[in-house]
Amino acid sequence: MLKIENLHAEIDGKEILKGLTLEVGAGEVHAIMGPNGAGKSTLAYVLGGRPGYEVTQGSVTFMGEDLLAMDPHERAAAGMFLGFQYPVEIPGVSNVQFLREALNSQRGTRGEEPLSGGDFLKLAKEKAGLLKLDMEMLKRFVNVGFSGGEKKRAEMVHMGILDPKLAVLDETDSGLDIDALKTVGEGINSIMRSAEKGVLLITHYQRLLDYVKPDHVHVLANGRIVRSGGPELALQLESEGYEAVAA
Amino acid sequence: MSALPTIRDEDWRYADFDAVGQFAPEAIDSWREVTVEAGETFRESVVIDGSDPFLSRIRVNVGKGARAELFAINACADYARLEVQVSLAEGAHFEFGGVTIGGGDAVREFVTRTDHSAPDATSNQVVRAVHWNQATGNFLGRIDVGREGQRTDAAQDFKGLLLEKGASANAKPELEIYADDVKCAHGAAIGQMDEMARFYMASRGLSPDAARRLLIRAFIADALAAMEDEAEAERLFEAALAVLQTMDGQ
Repeated sequence: MLKIENLHAEIDGKEILKGLTLEVGAGEVHAIMGPNGAGKSTLAYVLGGRPGYEVTQGSVTFMGEDLLAMDPHERAAAGMFLGFQYPVEIPGVSNVQFLREALNSQRGTRGEEPLSGGDFLKLAKEKAGLLKLDMEMLKRFVNVGFSGGEKKRAEMVHMGILDPKLAVLDETDSGLDIDALKTVGEGINSIMRSAEKGVLLITHYQRLLDYVKPDHVHVLANGRIVRSGGPELALQLESEGYEAVAA
Repeated sequence: MSALPTIRDEDWRYADFDAVGQFAPEAIDSWREVTVEAGETFRESVVIDGSDPFLSRIRVNVGKGARAELFAINACADYARLEVQVSLAEGAHFEFGGVTIGGGDAVREFVTRTDHSAPDATSNQVVRAVHWNQATGNFLGRIDVGREGQRTDAAQDFKGLLLEKGASANAKPELEIYADDVKCAHGAAIGQMDEMARFYMASRGLSPDAARRLLIRAFIADALAAMEDEAEAERLFEAALAVLQTMDGQ
C-alpha cells in the first residue's frame, strides 16, 4: 500500500532523510522508533506534503500512485491520514464545521456525494464516543483550549471520521496519561485494524505498542532505517537503548 | 461648500487622492442624517462592492437609551470610504462591525467618530481588514468623551490579515477623554495567514481554496458577531468571501 524507496529529503538545504526505504502492506501496523533528530517527524511531514520539505531523491508510491506528485489535500482524499505531533489550533473554526468540510471535500475529490448534516453528526458522535471525547469538545474551535491529551484524542476522532486507508501517526502517544494512552491505543485498533488498512506509527517509546501491537518495528537513525524486526525489537530497544541496538 | 480634503486633513490621511479628486465637492459635503428616537433601535447593513470610487457619510443621532447598529462589507474595486459620525445620548449604544476586503491597488476605509458626551452610553466597534496585491485597508476611529460622559464604555478592535507582501493596513485609534469615570479599550493587530494551519487543514483533505475561505471566514466573524439577523449576516459573509474569487493563484 505504501512503498518508500531510497527517500532523500531536506529542509532549508539540510539533508534529513538519507536514503530511507520502507514498505507497509495492507493489514499491517509498522512502528518506527528512533532517537531525537533521527528524522521521524520529517518522514511524517514529507509523506503529508508539508511545504518546505523537499524531496531530492527517491520515490513514494501510495496505492499504486505517485504520492509525491499529489498536493497535501489530494493525499488525504486518496486515503492518507497524518496525525500531528502538535495538532494546530484554529480559532474561529469549530471541529464540527472543519471536519464536515474536510470530509465532504475529500468525498468531492473522490466523486462521492457529500454527507448530510444529520448523518455527519451521527458519525461524529459515534467516533467521539469511541475515543471518550465529549461531543461538546467537537463543537468548540479546533484544538483551542484543549489539553495535550484532548488534542491527541481529537486527532483520533478526526481519523475515525475521515476513515483513511493509511494512518501516519507522529508521536500520537506524547502528552498522554496512562488512561488516555489506553483509550487512544484502543481507538487506533478499532479504526485502523483491518485487512485493507495500514498504520505507520512513529514513536519514541514502547508504551503505545503495548496497546497497538506492531507487526514490524523499524529503527530510524540518521535519516535511514538501520534495523528492522518484529515486536521484540521494540522491547530490546526499551531495555538496551537506541545506541546499542542501532549501532 | 468647502474645498476637497487633502492629505493634511487628519482623518483623510490614508485616502486615495486620485479617487477623491473625482468626487464632486457637493458629494464630499453631503451627509445623510439619521435620528434614532429614544428607546428605538436603528439597524443597517451595507455591502459596498461596486467598481467606481465610493463615498458615504452618515451622521447618526442616537436618542436616550436607543441603539444604532451598523454593519458594512467594504469590497469596492476602487477607493471606498464609509464615514460615520455618531452622537450618543444618555444610555445609548452604538455598534459597528466593518470588513474591508480585496486586492488590486484600492484603498478601502472606515472612518468613525463617536461622541460620548452624555453619561452611561456605550459603543463597540470591530473592524477586520483582509487584503492582497497592493491593496490597503484603513480604520480611523475617533472617540470623544466629553465632561458629562461619565461611565462611558467604549471599545474598538481592529485586526488586519495581509495575504501577500505589498498589501497594507492602517489603524488609527484616537481617544479624547475629558471625563474621569470611563472605560475605553482599543486593540490593533496585523498578521499573515497561518501556514501551519493551512497545512493542517490540507492534511485533513481541505483544498487550498476551501481552507483559505474557512480561515478568512473565521477571521472576519468577530466583525459580524453582533448581527442578530442570521440570514442577513450570511449575506454579508457571502459578499465578503465572494471577493476571494478575484484572487489569482495563491
